[in-house]
Amino acid sequence: MLGKLTLDALKHDEIVMFGVFTMVGAGVLAIILLTYFKKWKWLWKEWITSLDPKKIGVMYILVALLMLFKGIFDTGLLRVQQATSVGSSQGILSADHFQQVFSAHGTIMIFFVAMGLMFGLINLVVPLQIGARDVAFPFLNSISFWLFFAGMMLVNISLAIGEFSAAGWLAYPPLSELAYSPGVGVDYWIWSLQIAGIGSLLSGVNFITTILRMRCPGMKLMRMPLFCWSVLGSMTLVVFAFPILTVTLALLALDRTFGMHFFTSTFGGNPMMYVNLIWAWGHPEVYILILPAFGVFSEIVATFSKKRLFGYKYMVYAIIAITILSYLVWLHHFFTMGAGSNVNSFFGIMTMIIAIPTGVKVFNWLFTMYRGRVWFATPMLWFLGFVFTFTIGGVTGVLMAVPPIDFQLHNSLFLVAHFHNMVIGGVVFGYLAALTYWFPKFFGFRLNETLGKYSFWFWIFGFAFAFLPLYALGIMGATRRLNHYDASQGWQQLFIVAAFGVLLIMIGIGFMVLQYIVSIIQRKKNIDNTGDPWDARNLEWSTASPVPFYNFAKTPIVRGRNAWWEMKQSKIRFDAPIEYDKIVLPKNTPFGFYIGMLALFFGFAVIWHILWLVIVCFLAIISLIVIRSNNDDTEYVVPGKVIEKIEKANRFKAQAS
Amino acid sequence: MRTKIRVALAFVIAVILFVLFYRFTQQYNFAVLEPQGTIASEERRLIFATVLLSLVIVLPVFALTIYIAWTYRQGNTKAKYSPHWDHNSKLEFAWWAVPIVIITVLATITWQYTHALDPYRPLVSSKKPLTVQVVALQWQWLFIYPDQKIASTNLMEIPVGRPINLQITSDAPMNSIWIPQLSGQIYAMSGMTTKLHINANHPGVYKGSSANLSGEGFANMKFNVVAVKDSDFNKWVKTASSSKSTLDFNKYTALAKPTLDTKVTVYSKVEPGLYDQVIMKYMSPASSDQGYSMEGMNHAR
Repeated sequence: MLGKLTLDALKHDEIVMFGVFTMVGAGVLAIILLTYFKKWKWLWKEWITSLDPKKIGVMYILVALLMLFKGIFDTGLLRVQQATSVGSSQGILSADHFQQVFSAHGTIMIFFVAMGLMFGLINLVVPLQIGARDVAFPFLNSISFWLFFAGMMLVNISLAIGEFSAAGWLAYPPLSELAYSPGVGVDYWIWSLQIAGIGSLLSGVNFITTILRMRCPGMKLMRMPLFCWSVLGSMTLVVFAFPILTVTLALLALDRTFGMHFFTSTFGGNPMMYVNLIWAWGHPEVYILILPAFGVFSEIVATFSKKRLFGYKYMVYAIIAITILSYLVWLHHFFTMGAGSNVNSFFGIMTMIIAIPTGVKVFNWLFTMYRGRVWFATPMLWFLGFVFTFTIGGVTGVLMAVPPIDFQLHNSLFLVAHFHNMVIGGVVFGYLAALTYWFPKFFGFRLNETLGKYSFWFWIFGFAFAFLPLYALGIMGATRRLNHYDASQGWQQLFIVAAFGVLLIMIGIGFMVLQYIVSIIQRKKNIDNTGDPWDARNLEWSTASPVPFYNFAKTPIVRGRNAWWEMKQSKIRFDAPIEYDKIVLPKNTPFGFYIGMLALFFGFAVIWHILWLVIVCFLAIISLIVIRSNNDDTEYVVPGKVIEKIEKANRFKAQAS
Repeated sequence: MRTKIRVALAFVIAVILFVLFYRFTQQYNFAVLEPQGTIASEERRLIFATVLLSLVIVLPVFALTIYIAWTYRQGNTKAKYSPHWDHNSKLEFAWWAVPIVIITVLATITWQYTHALDPYRPLVSSKKPLTVQVVALQWQWLFIYPDQKIASTNLMEIPVGRPINLQITSDAPMNSIWIPQLSGQIYAMSGMTTKLHINANHPGVYKGSSANLSGEGFANMKFNVVAVKDSDFNKWVKTASSSKSTLDFNKYTALAKPTLDTKVTVYSKVEPGLYDQVIMKYMSPASSDQGYSMEGMNHAR
């Protein structure tokens, strides 16, 4: 009836129980609050069943921020363990638990924090920037989000029921095969990524179509804001890379569930094939995350310098070059697997070549500031922080692109420091800047600047303290993922400094939370009636803040780059249309939510070998898709009168301020 | 005034941190930068060369960032403001061309050094190379000296100056053998051999470890490489040859069981072809599916 699931799956040590109680407690508190304030209906109608990309975007970001807290808590555990587990002391975690924590840390930070923030921002911003009312496939968008949500839930359920993978965030076989990992941990890893990954793939299809087909009149490709270009590059990578992940995970699942031998070391299986496949997805994945962050900085630098973006054309070419090159470098993740010198040299050189378009982008940003009037609001501080950290990461990246050097630094803490330099300095800083930048657009008030700046300074110093010691440790011969080391190595002091750095980052995150709370309380003080608080340049700022549910009352017509800046220059903004047309929008539907929840149960059932539940969920998902596909009544009409009323109120607000 | 105090404070803190770090570096071993073998020395040279080349780009970027950000700050109304200036062919040519030149230089160096320092390439030497066969176990290392018919766990004794040819395999999940002061690492994988060619230029004890996650006892997979003079090495071989512990395939099977309790043991009378047998275990279809590797494990099939 319950497959492999028994009561033993609920036995844990104190640290895990603390985590479980915290999460269950937060869930119960949420339920109590929703019931007390009678908000269930609101939650269902306004959020869960919504197909509005703005709502879906906010939900992505909320989930991602919650997961950031989980991920940073894991980081704390790892750092405390490595700072204390020296010589005769074994620290606070057992080896197996420590390995589960770092596997969960990587998985959560990449798939549910970075990807979540990225898809959230894309949902919020892309339709507005191209002058569209919606994405190309609104229902598919809802499915994507709920699959992402289901994957996230599976990772967290593993904390309470059973265990998580202890094989690292990419679960190399044969360690991740049944012979060496007989528990359910790796299965949790496989199915949470598989479900979330399919959601990402669907989103990729959705946003490529949206960007190519839904642009407003006059928005030629070479007039698109750079954020949209970077998203187009990133989503192209998603569409080509994620199928590789899906297949690889499926093969590993076949090995583990049915005892097949794709990646085992016996019976002709080949673990090296897995390593190739996972990185053929994994390397593009890094660029999937970083490209939109580049796009964010292009928006921010131009806006806060009050100047056109320098070298627009070459910025676009650089994005295209990075998109293509990122497929040709995956082998640099395993120079040490014994490939010949010709192969290693080729992939090393291709890796260095990526530094060229990336460097060009940095120069173009700097020269966007040149002869501008640079306003150092918080997003701009994140940009400056990015330039310094990302450039250091670039240097260490080029170092490791040279195969003989990689032989010395691979799998050491130097490597760990390098990719955190890229992912925190590039991706996280970019998305945090984006949150501050676009927040007023969707909530109608700005975030508190002072607290935002505190948060920034704690992050940047925390980053330096947390990761510069790791570079030194790597050079001292410290490998990654050690739950224990000898006192004679002399690593402990540096590990303590690194732990201190993480503490600073935690304080930075604390200030971020405080910033949101204070800003919401003081929302009257930072209110934005104009819809354009930063005096910005692209179409998203031409509507009111918060954005009305239909985005644009009248489809904008674009005559060049920096569409909104030019409209402001020519005062077109104040031409109120004489007559408002009706607008057709998609109706709410719970089907996306149902499919996501069924996928969650499906994943859980496969992990625990509960056959009947697997079959029920699978059939139910198929039936729901068939039923929904046969429903033609999926849209509703907003009459012109309603729009006119909302628009007039917004105009009045803007003129009054 | 407040700015000045802040700058001064930051400077003082930076100096203190630098001094602390400098004292720290004097105290401990920065293995990668203190090579004791030919390969590791070359690798260090390459690290310095690459860092210097990168600085050609990075330092100007940092300087420009600070200069531009300061000069064109909003408050500085004296600075030139050209909101429509978004293109300059000469400048753009420069920042495509300079990185391309630097990357071309680096690519050439990379091609040459990747071939010269290929771990599979035997070291050139007038002395006869010594072959050591390395087996990664759960969770310790076995070093077999096939020509001397001896073996040792968690200790590799080598003669100074002689090239050492390592043949590496794994009877465990994927590992990576790394002795930073002698050379970079290479993966150890079951059912196949990878190679590493190293030497030690000075007598000493060099730390080695596994760099790739391989399960519960992974952090414990440390070993010492003891480099000694030829005569001392021969003495060690002699003592080892008279060790009471011997190693045939059956005893090996017991040794290969997962353990967290690692110690140094020296074996004599090592069965010829033992290393090949370890590899062939993964080749023969009749072999049990690593059933020995996890006690009490239930293979779901």
